[in-house]
Amino acid sequence: MALGKKKKQRVIAEDDLIVFDNVTKIYEDNGSLALNGISLTIKRGDFVFIVGDSGSGKSTLIKLLLRELTPTSGELYVNGINLSKLRHRQVPKYRRNLGVVFQDFRLLKDRNVYENVAFAQRIVQTPNRLIKRNVPAILSIVGLAGKYKARPKQLSGGEQQRVALARALINKPPILICDEPTGNLDPRNSWEIMKLLEQINNRGTTIVVVTHNREIVNEMQKRVVTMKKGVIVSDEEKGGYIDEN
Amino acid sequence: MRISTFFYTLRQGVRNMFRNAWFSMASIATIASCLLLFGIFYSVVTNFTNIVKNAEAGVAVTVFFDEGLTDEEKQQIGEFILARDEVSKINFVNADDAWNSFKEEYLGEYADGFTENPLEDSEHYEIYMKDISMQTNLVKYLETLPGVSHINSSQQTADALTGANKLISYISVGIIGILLAVSVFLISNTVMIGISVRREEIGIMKYIGATDFFVRAPFVVEGLIIGVIGAAIPLAIIYFIYIKAMAIIMERFSVIGSILQFLPVETVFATLIPVSLGIGAGIGLVGSFMTVRKHLRV
Repeated sequence: MALGKKKKQRVIAEDDLIVFDNVTKIYEDNGSLALNGISLTIKRGDFVFIVGDSGSGKSTLIKLLLRELTPTSGELYVNGINLSKLRHRQVPKYRRNLGVVFQDFRLLKDRNVYENVAFAQRIVQTPNRLIKRNVPAILSIVGLAGKYKARPKQLSGGEQQRVALARALINKPPILICDEPTGNLDPRNSWEIMKLLEQINNRGTTIVVVTHNREIVNEMQKRVVTMKKGVIVSDEEKGGYIDEN
Repeated sequence: MRISTFFYTLRQGVRNMFRNAWFSMASIATIASCLLLFGIFYSVVTNFTNIVKNAEAGVAVTVFFDEGLTDEEKQQIGEFILARDEVSKINFVNADDAWNSFKEEYLGEYADGFTENPLEDSEHYEIYMKDISMQTNLVKYLETLPGVSHINSSQQTADALTGANKLISYISVGIIGILLAVSVFLISNTVMIGISVRREEIGIMKYIGATDFFVRAPFVVEGLIIGVIGAAIPLAIIYFIYIKAMAIIMERFSVIGSILQFLPVETVFATLIPVSLGIGAGIGLVGSFMTVRKHLRV
């Protein structure tokens, strides 16, 4: 019997939300090896910190999850979707499954808080009457109900990150990806954001946080994946920040 | 697409224009400058072409007959001439018509002294051509016709008009080329500025999950509006300049006005309005399309 060359499709358990299966990423422009055959599974409802020094591969991992990049080899599944096989036109729909929060907030500077949050709903063509109901509700959750008319530059860093969080959550994505969410915040605001993330996680949203914040990682006692030079060097439930030195 | 999304896109397009007021004004100014130059050039060239065409229409080749030719033979010559491709129309001028016209034009009351028609043998055909550059060919043919005694034609006039036509074509091609190059340079610069202004905004939209269409549509609406405004401004300016210039020529240089026939503003604008609006809208659409396209693959 002819076996054929078709690659065997991996069976993903329903509970496995994000699956990196032996993923390698080599940048074509400079040939650098960013990820070297990593395998990692994140289950529904998990709260995971990804930590590591600069150049460890954290950013590449996030870019792969956002489908900004595709793996050089290996497979990456998110919510059952094989990202290597996703076409360009399917990417927007995929990204609506993700909430994303960046270190620099990335708010639309010329729109007020309400419009920044509503924008995520307009993209998925939510009717106006629902937007008018949903936006105030999510702004209440992040504690910004009274500031819906403010422009981003009129808000503090912590408040801007809350707006970004509200925008990321308004479409109720199953996954929230946070890239250094406290990188531009003072300790008090950092903790407030982390508490919010914990509350959101308690409601069932899977959260992946890339961070350098040692204190928060150690304090929160969540799953910690540590990366170094493109490989996962440790993966601990209720772990802490591993000191490189 | 939902109706609410459609109106949201339109609203965002208009808002974008005001949000980036300086960029919008720069874009409008760029398009307006290019189309102002184009409009002025078009108005001048159309008038010049019209003047040359009028001059051409008045140029005729005259064919005289051998003595003793019968009316039938003259008529047959006329039929041969009319069958030629170069000919647009012919007039038969009999001896009386020729004498009356001569009297009227040159003699006036002094003609009373003539009792007989001195132009008895001057019956002829006036031949008007479709294109003055065909005169040489036509004259060669006429010379071969039996019964034709001689032909009057002005090679100099024909050459001058043909030369003018060629000159207009060369100048048109040259100026359109220069305008095109200037437009492309100015517009590509404006688009480059647009790219740097919008890079971050487009990136954010894409990360949130906006489709290419959703990101692009407000920019395209904005580009369209900017293009149409950029076309409307020079049209208005040219309209007033044209009317004013005609009035000045008629008032201060009435001699020129009586010799050269200028086109009415409505005739020039019947073509200029749709062409300018089309170019303006096209530039706006293509410019905004290009601006966004580079950043959609995020």
